[in-house]
Amino acid sequence: MGMPSSQDKRPDPSPGYSRYLKSQKRAWWGILLSRLLILAAFLGLWELAARLKWVDPLLTSQPSKLVTTFRELGFEGSLFMHTRVTATETVIGIVVSMVLGTLIAVLFWWSTYASKVLEPYMVVLNALPKVALGPIFYILLGDEYSVYGMAVAISLIVTIMMVENGFKELARTKLQLMESFGATRLQMLRMVMLPASVPNLIATLKVNVGLTLVGVIMGEFLSSKAGLGYLIIYGGQVFQMNMVMVSICMLALMSVVLYGIVNVIGSYMLKKGFHGRT
Amino acid sequence: MSIIGVRDVSLSYFTPKQETEALRGVNMEIEPGEFISIVGPSGCGKSTLLSLISGMLKPTSGRVLIDGRETDGVSPKVGYMLQRDHLFEWRDVLSNLLVGAEIRHMDRERAARRARELLERYGLSGFAGHNPDQLSGGMRQRVALIRTLVTDPDILLLDEPFSALDYQSRLTLAEDVFRIIKDQGKTAVLVTHDISEAISMADRVLVMSKRPSSIIAAYPIRFEEGEGLSPWKKREAGKYNEYFNSIWKDLDGHAIVSR
Ligand SMILES: Nc1ncnc2c1ncn2[C@@H]1O[C@H](COP(=O)(O)OP(=O)(O)OP(=O)(O)O)[C@@H](O)[C@H]1O
Ligand SMILES: [Mg+2]
Repeated sequence: MGMPSSQDKRPDPSPGYSRYLKSQKRAWWGILLSRLLILAAFLGLWELAARLKWVDPLLTSQPSKLVTTFRELGFEGSLFMHTRVTATETVIGIVVSMVLGTLIAVLFWWSTYASKVLEPYMVVLNALPKVALGPIFYILLGDEYSVYGMAVAISLIVTIMMVENGFKELARTKLQLMESFGATRLQMLRMVMLPASVPNLIATLKVNVGLTLVGVIMGEFLSSKAGLGYLIIYGGQVFQMNMVMVSICMLALMSVVLYGIVNVIGSYMLKKGFHGRT
Repeated sequence: MSIIGVRDVSLSYFTPKQETEALRGVNMEIEPGEFISIVGPSGCGKSTLLSLISGMLKPTSGRVLIDGRETDGVSPKVGYMLQRDHLFEWRDVLSNLLVGAEIRHMDRERAARRARELLERYGLSGFAGHNPDQLSGGMRQRVALIRTLVTDPDILLLDEPFSALDYQSRLTLAEDVFRIIKDQGKTAVLVTHDISEAISMADRVLVMSKRPSSIIAAYPIRFEEGEGLSPWKKREAGKYNEYFNSIWKDLDGHAIVSR
């Protein structure tokens, strides 16, 4: 999505090349402008439709009201509290399912027996819509922890499968050398499987963010007393469309920030692991 | 006493679908310091034979002896240079060179010193801190060879080490590898598809038959031009063509793929 950079290493771009760079730059500004225009048109039309009573503002809310609601909820403090709750749950959910998923994938690689035995269970768990487990989590874990239950349930199986697939590929291609030196399994894990998995782990992490967010919001819908999911459901129940909309905007913002952080961590680890010294 | 002894060795691979008899009744004795080349049709079991010598595989029947002792797991006396270089892209050249030393719990300082020495000696002194993807194919193969040498094995097993290279670099690298192995005084077993390569590098060429494979001919390579010719010189020596033709005839009927 980045803007094409015109800072080329060579000092003197040929006229044709600088013309090309200029046109690229112009095209990029055009795209940015169009994006902003779409947003502005959408908000403008929404506001207009609500003001002129083309639609019922009670059902659709309206942008100007959102700003007021945001200020109210924000200053009163609860909006940020709810955001923090959801963010914390999501981060913890991601960490738990990444660590647990990687451990289980390692176990499956270590013991072909375990992986063969558990294979059908994995298939069933993967196919099962995890939301159906909501009541069970609620009863077993209570209203607060059932959110984590749901988050991990939704992201764990996919994490295991992605990491395990990466391991399988590595085992086929990268372990021969280790075998030729007579390496133990632990050495293979430490020296090859884990470091070579870094790119795959980062890809898994990115998928994990999306899934864990779904799990957390779902969990909050079902049982929680706090968090953006709770706020959305609550707003719906008391017919406060403004509250619902503001919460959704906040959720969108939070997701984008989370993705951004994961991207930064990812490219840092890639750079460190794959182009620096070990 | 021979440093490698293969006595009446047979090996079959078992998979749920089928049984593949790769080797049947293979015998060979290799003396310390010898350079042996093995040629044979594709899929006849050359790599299998090297894996047996390294101790990665156990024979289905028969015995494999290293220094008179039967193998039990991978022997530290053996260094195996695989067909692909297997350099780890998350390590720089120097720490790639230390992989074997690390696995075998050798003294890191000493191994690193030896690795640097070898890099220097074989024209790669500036590359210790480079990443593998900054090296050419030939350089990567040389790093792979040095990685094998760092653990100081008495025996080097080379499984088509040049097959990934173009003809030019292949000739140069063959020359380098020959010199490196000779001046380190190692015993070497080289598997190759290339008859000229086999003749020009080895003291003895062994020819294998189709699967189930055994050794069907052995050619001690002697040139009237004298001892210690370089591979390049051997290709021009008088009896070179004679050897080439005999080996070619032995392999006749077997599809040799010259890559
Ligand atoms: N792990 C394995 N499981 C089952 N069969 C195998 C295995 N490895 C090799 N084989 C079979 O054993 C035979 C010999 O294989 P090997 O790799 O030793 O041949 P090769 O002479 O090295 O061939 P190439 O010249 O193509 O490298 C082949 O038919 C191969 O299909
Ligand atoms: Mg082979």
